Amino acid sequence: MTAWAPTPISKGKVAVTDFDLSYGTLHGSVEAVTGVSLVVNPGEFISIIGPSGCGKSTLLNAVAGFLKPTHGEVTVDGERVEKPSADRGMVFQQYSLFPWMTVRENVEFGLKMKGMDRIKRQQSARTLLGLSGLLSFENQYPDSLSGGMKQRVGIIRALATGPKVLLLDEPFGALDAQTRVIMQQILTNIWQRLKTSVLFVTHDIDEAIFLSDRVYCMTARPGTIKAEIAIPLERPRHQSMMMSSEFLALRRGLMSLIREESLKAIGGELNDVALQGLGIDLHGQSLADVI
Amino acid sequence: MDRAALKSFEAAEPAPAPLGAPLEALPIETSTAAPVLPPATPFATYAKRWLTLHTGELRAFAIGAVSLALFLLAWHLLTKYRVNIHVRFINVPSPEMVFDSLTRATRDTKFLTHVLLSCRRILFGFVSAAIIAIPLGLVMGRFKLVREAIFPISEVMRPIPAIAWVPMSIMLWPTNEESIIFITFLGSFFPILINTLQGMAMVDPVLVRAAQCLGAREMSIFRDVYFPSSLPHVFTGLTVGMGVAWVSLIAAEMISGQFGIGYFTWEAYSLVQYADIALGMICIGVLGLGSSALIRCLGRLAMPWSKK
Repeated sequence: MTAWAPTPISKGKVAVTDFDLSYGTLHGSVEAVTGVSLVVNPGEFISIIGPSGCGKSTLLNAVAGFLKPTHGEVTVDGERVEKPSADRGMVFQQYSLFPWMTVRENVEFGLKMKGMDRIKRQQSARTLLGLSGLLSFENQYPDSLSGGMKQRVGIIRALATGPKVLLLDEPFGALDAQTRVIMQQILTNIWQRLKTSVLFVTHDIDEAIFLSDRVYCMTARPGTIKAEIAIPLERPRHQSMMMSSEFLALRRGLMSLIREESLKAIGGELNDVALQGLGIDLHGQSLADVI
Repeated sequence: MDRAALKSFEAAEPAPAPLGAPLEALPIETSTAAPVLPPATPFATYAKRWLTLHTGELRAFAIGAVSLALFLLAWHLLTKYRVNIHVRFINVPSPEMVFDSLTRATRDTKFLTHVLLSCRRILFGFVSAAIIAIPLGLVMGRFKLVREAIFPISEVMRPIPAIAWVPMSIMLWPTNEESIIFITFLGSFFPILINTLQGMAMVDPVLVRAAQCLGAREMSIFRDVYFPSSLPHVFTGLTVGMGVAWVSLIAAEMISGQFGIGYFTWEAYSLVQYADIALGMICIGVLGLGSSALIRCLGRLAMPWSKK
């Protein structure tokens, strides 16, 4: 159909093995992530979920090639990740579109870096923009777009070069609830067409369940994998599924896992006794149940 | 963009075009119809709308004009009645005298020569400062080693006012013209350099990461991310640098010149042609205003994405 060809399904296996990442401070080294192993199979949609500061973004940045593990390794299709490359497309929470480029120039950028000639890359960019309903904005600067539109551009910009894996770092975190739901639907649609492997970082439980094949749940700092949950919901997925009993059961399970970790993350000292000292009656329940 | 287009733009937004698979939860896009044009509007209505849309600007313009007129009036009165309340307006030329002086000067090629010479000095000094300071700032911003090596020198040189360079400059350069241009150059060099550095320091690291993820190498990161990202600061530096260039030029011309608008102003004092002093001053003001307006225009051309 176009000059732009999606990656075949046979590619895009991400493997993170025995991953540790620590950084040095005046008080010695601080462990951000320890002993993480995870796999994204070709064409799979994987989410990493965890409380804020658990190192899930750190992990994603290491897969992208921005950070080097202190121990262990990250490989994509067996090749060790050393530095960022167009093989691993990334979508950022703050859109990160280049403000000095028009929408189309933003989408073209990766193709330009690949050395594709001007006419060909213009065609590809326009095809992609057309697919996502943004063609009429091709010559506008990103500043004039809404958040949802910017992130659509961010996603197709990352996909334009045909990466083996798409990395998304809380991509919808800055959007309002309605737009977020639409964006999730758009992302599953794109993914179902392309079957690019996806590694998606979020703190939103519903989002993780709705989108993923499997969800890795991380602990509070230092981050480790606490659980790996398969999401057996059928595809294609629709918003209506979010009310199904299956979905709600998954949600409840993940919720309790996350809540425990979030409590740890907001302060280890907070316990039932301390709370009683403040005159708060827990009616015999544990703190985790109340919060 | 006009209002109607904006409206349809907003309306279209919550309904992104479907991407193939069924989208039962998505609203169907309904805003494909072109915005309905209102029936022909009488001119009076347009005029009225234009007025409501531009009230703020008109108000600012009116207030500015009144304020300028009051300034001229005060000047006129102070000089007409030769006010002497510690500050002496006895010898100060009146606006009428300055206007006479201006009409005389426009018929005189000598005055024009002074003005053109000053402009030429600004052009040479300022442009060479920009040609050296912008690339230097970009390279210093990108390469730590260069920054660490050059920054201390620039920090020591920077506080020295360009005027303090006059004796040194006369020693350094064989001709008077060159030494004046050098002083103009020095005046604008540091504001441009410092602002370019600032711009490089403010580059969003996430944009650099985004470029790396799209396969950009060092050279294209520099050209496509660092450079355009620091352009607004570069233009701030150019605007400030242009102001300082004029300050330095006029001072240098007053001290060591034989031509130029600064020399003209100083000479007018020596020759007791007081009206020419004010003429020289006003001329410097207008030239300074014009040159910074020129930089602003260039900035707008170079950065079509920025709103202002």
